[in-house]
Amino acid sequence: MAAAAAAVLRSGSRAAGRLICVCHTRSYSSVRLLKSKYVYAFDKSAFFNHQHRLFRTSAVSDGQIVQFKLSDIGEGITEVTVKEWYVKEGDSVSQFDSICEVQSDKASVTITSRYDGIIRKLYYNLDEIAYVGKPLVDIETDVLKDVAPEEDVVETPAVSHEEHTHQEIKGHKTLATPAVRRLAMENNIKLSEVVGTGKDNRILKEDILNYLAKQTGAILPPSPKSEIIPPLPKLETAPTTPKDKAHTIPVPISKPIVFTGKDKIEPITGFHKAMVKTMSAALKIPHFGYCDEIELNQLVQLREELKPLAQARGVKLSFMPFFIKAASLALLHYPVLNTSVDENCQNITYKASHNIGIAMDTEQGLIVPNVKSVQVRSVFEIASELNRLQSLGSSGQLGTNDLTGGTFTLSNIGTIGGTYAKPVILPPEVAIGALGKMQVLPRFNRKGEVFKAQIMNVSWSADHRIIDGATMARFSNLWKSYLENPASMLLDLK
Amino acid sequence: MKNMVIRASLKNWFQLFYVHKFPAAGFKTTADGAIILQSVSNDIYQNLAVEDWIHDNMNLENRQVLYLWRNSPTVVIGRHQNPWQECNLKMMRQKNIKLARRRSGGGTVYHDLGNINLTFFTSKKKYERMENLKLVVKALKCLRPQLDVHATDRCDLLLNRNFKISGTAAKLGRTAYHHCTLLCSADRFLLSSVLKSPYKGIKSNATPSVPASVKNLFEEDPTLTCQIVMDAIAAEYAICHQIDHHVTLINPTDETVFPGINNKTKELQTWEWIYGKTPKFSISTCFSMVYKHSFLEVKVDMDVKHGRIEVCNINLPEEWLPPALCGELEKNLIGSKFCRSEMTALASALLRSCPQDYEVHRRWNLLYENMTTTLM
Repeated sequence: MAAAAAAVLRSGSRAAGRLICVCHTRSYSSVRLLKSKYVYAFDKSAFFNHQHRLFRTSAVSDGQIVQFKLSDIGEGITEVTVKEWYVKEGDSVSQFDSICEVQSDKASVTITSRYDGIIRKLYYNLDEIAYVGKPLVDIETDVLKDVAPEEDVVETPAVSHEEHTHQEIKGHKTLATPAVRRLAMENNIKLSEVVGTGKDNRILKEDILNYLAKQTGAILPPSPKSEIIPPLPKLETAPTTPKDKAHTIPVPISKPIVFTGKDKIEPITGFHKAMVKTMSAALKIPHFGYCDEIELNQLVQLREELKPLAQARGVKLSFMPFFIKAASLALLHYPVLNTSVDENCQNITYKASHNIGIAMDTEQGLIVPNVKSVQVRSVFEIASELNRLQSLGSSGQLGTNDLTGGTFTLSNIGTIGGTYAKPVILPPEVAIGALGKMQVLPRFNRKGEVFKAQIMNVSWSADHRIIDGATMARFSNLWKSYLENPASMLLDLK
Repeated sequence: MKNMVIRASLKNWFQLFYVHKFPAAGFKTTADGAIILQSVSNDIYQNLAVEDWIHDNMNLENRQVLYLWRNSPTVVIGRHQNPWQECNLKMMRQKNIKLARRRSGGGTVYHDLGNINLTFFTSKKKYERMENLKLVVKALKCLRPQLDVHATDRCDLLLNRNFKISGTAAKLGRTAYHHCTLLCSADRFLLSSVLKSPYKGIKSNATPSVPASVKNLFEEDPTLTCQIVMDAIAAEYAICHQIDHHVTLINPTDETVFPGINNKTKELQTWEWIYGKTPKFSISTCFSMVYKHSFLEVKVDMDVKHGRIEVCNINLPEEWLPPALCGELEKNLIGSKFCRSEMTALASALLRSCPQDYEVHRRWNLLYENMTTTLM
C-alpha cells in the first residue's frame, strides 16, 4: 500500500544553511524501492539575491536506499553482539565514518560506512545479536554508484597504493582526501565541478576555497579592481590629466573565510548545577568589600626558620597555616564574622567552632574543604591537616565531612595570580577573604628609607546585613598586625 | 649522534607507511616484511596510544608489526566492560593503581612490570589469533623445552594445563590487531584481590570477565625474566617472518615519529573514555546505618548511562531527613557523573543552600558517606 509522505528533512551537521525539502512516495512492501523524489534545494546566496533562482532541482535527483550488510569478520565468525551505535536514524554519514561497534569473542570491531548518505534504519538494538551477511543499516545515498558485491566492510584508504580516496560521480573519477570531500559537502559543492590543481588533477583544499570565491563573486557587485588606474611611469613627459589624480586605492580581494566550527550546547548538570544553586543563594546576600595590603617580611623569615622543623616531622609548611591561625585569633575578638543567619535573616547563630575553609581548585572545579576547630589547633597541627586535605583533594577522595560545616573561608587565589579580588561569600557563612599573590615592591620604612617589601593584598567581602564596615576594618587590622609582627601572635595564642 | 640517526631512519620508515599525510612519492616502494617494536615507556596510556596510532596511521596491507610493552601497576578493562563490576576501585585508589580502558574487547587484566604485553598487527585478511599464540608457545618451548604450555580454544595460554598465564583480546577496524598478556613475574596476590569487585547489585549487559587461576612463568622456572621471554618471542617472530632479530625501541611521546600521538594519549585518560564508555547499567543496593543506637535500612536505586546518573531513588525511613532535602539530593544527582569526587562535591555544595541544622547535617553526611562507600 503506497503512501505519500511529505517530509521536511534537515540533514545533520554536514550541510549548514541548506534545507532539503523531500516529497516522495514509497511502497511499504519493499523498502528499497523509491517511486519518485523531488529534491528542492536552495542555495543561501541565491535566495537572497536572485528571487527567481529560488528553486533549483539538483542534477542527481533519485536517491536510493541501500541495505548495508554486515560483512565477514574473519575466523569463521557468524554472529556478533552490537555494543554501541555511533549513529541514529536520520543522521548523515560519509564513507569511512564509524557506524557501530560490535563484539565477538574478545574482538571488538568497528564497522564503518561504505557509502555517503543518510541513515534510514537500524536493524538492531544494543546488545542484540547481529548476523554476518544480514542487513545492519539502511543508508539512503544520493549518489549513483556501482554497488559493489559484498566485500570487506572497511574499505581502507590504504588498499590501493594511492593514499587518497576515489569517488565515482557520474563515471567521472575525482581524487580528493576525505577532509576535502567533507569541506565540499558542507559547502554544497559538487566535486565534479571543481578544477583540481594537485597531482593527477587532484582536488586540494585551495581549489575548494577558490571555487567558493568564484561562486560568491558572481553575485557580488563588480569588484573595485576594474576601477584601478595603473600609475603612470615617472618618465612620462605628457601632461597628467585630472583623471589620473583620482586614483582609487586597490582593494585586495580576500578569500572568503571558511569556518566550519559549530556552537555546542550542553546541559548544566552535576556539580556545576549545585554551584549555580549556591551562587544564586549567595546573590541574595548584600556584599561589601574591604581591601588592604600586608607587609610580610617578618613572616617570610619566620617561615624559613620553621620550614625544616616541620619537614623533620613530615609536614610541608606553607604560609596558609599562619593566615588561618591569625584569622582564628582575630575571630575571637570579632565573633560576629563567624556567624550564620537563617533564611529570613531573623536569627543569627554565633558558631562556637572556627571551621576555616580553604578554597581549592580541582578537576571538578572549586571545592572548599575546611579545617575544623582552628581555635584549639596549633599552627603545626593546622599545617598537617592542610597537607591531608590537599592530598585527598588532588586524588578526588575528600569526604562530605571535610567539605561541609565551614564557618569562614580564605581563598588563596594568589597562588594562581592576581592582587585584589572580589570574592563571593559562600552561604551559610557571612564573610570571606581572598589573598592575592606575594610581590616584592619598594616601600618606605619608618626612617623614610626605601626597602624591599614582601607585599600581599587581601580582599574581604562580608554580609552587610549584619556586619558593618568598621567591624570588618578592625578585624582586618588585627589579622594584619598578627601577620606583620608574628611575635605578637605569641601573646594571644590559645 | 647515533641516536639521532636511528631516530631519523625510524621516522623515514614510518613515513613510508603513512596513509594520509605524505605525497605519493614515498609510496612507490612497498617492501613486504615485518618489524618488531618495543616501548621504553611504562605508562599504560602512552602504550595504548601507540596501538591506536599504528592502527590509524600505518599501511599494513603487506606489513606486520610485533609490539612489546610493559606497564606500571594498572588494571585494564575491555572496551565494553563495567569497571565497577570488574575491579575494586577503592583499593586501586588507595594503592595508586591506574585504571585504563582499551579499545579491544575481552575481559579485565592486571598489569605490572612482571607482565609482558604483545600486540600483533596485521591486515584484516591476515588476522589469525591462534597462529600468533602458537608462535608464543613455540618461543617458550624453544627457551625451556620442559615447559608445559599450550593454547586453548578460548585463546588463553595455560601452564601445566591448569593455570592461565595469558589472556587475549583483539580489535578490528581499519586494520587488525591481536594482543595478549603473559605473566612472568607479576604480583599474583595483588592481582586476585584487585580484580574482585566489592560492589553488589549491579545489573548490566557489559561483557563480564571469566575469572581463572593464574600463575607466573617465574614460579615454574626462576630463571625466566621478562627480558629473556621478550627476546625469545622476538626471535621466534623474526624467524617466522624472515627478518633480522632486531628490536626497535620506541618512545611513545615522540611526536616527530608518531605525529598526533599525544592527543591519543590524552583521550585515553579522559573520564569520558574510561568511565563514560561503560554500557548502561543499573545499581540497586541496600545498606544499614547506625545512628544514635538505632539501625536504619536504606535502599538506593540508580540507573547510569554514559557514566552519568539518569535515575536516582533513595529510600529512607520516614522523616529521618526532611523529605524535601532527600528529594533535592536525588534531583541534583541526576546528570552528575557516577564518580565519587563529583558526587561528593555536589552533595556538599547542596547542603549550603539548605536550612542550617547541625542534626540535619550530621544525618546528611552519614547517609551520603554510607551510600558512596557501598556504591563505589
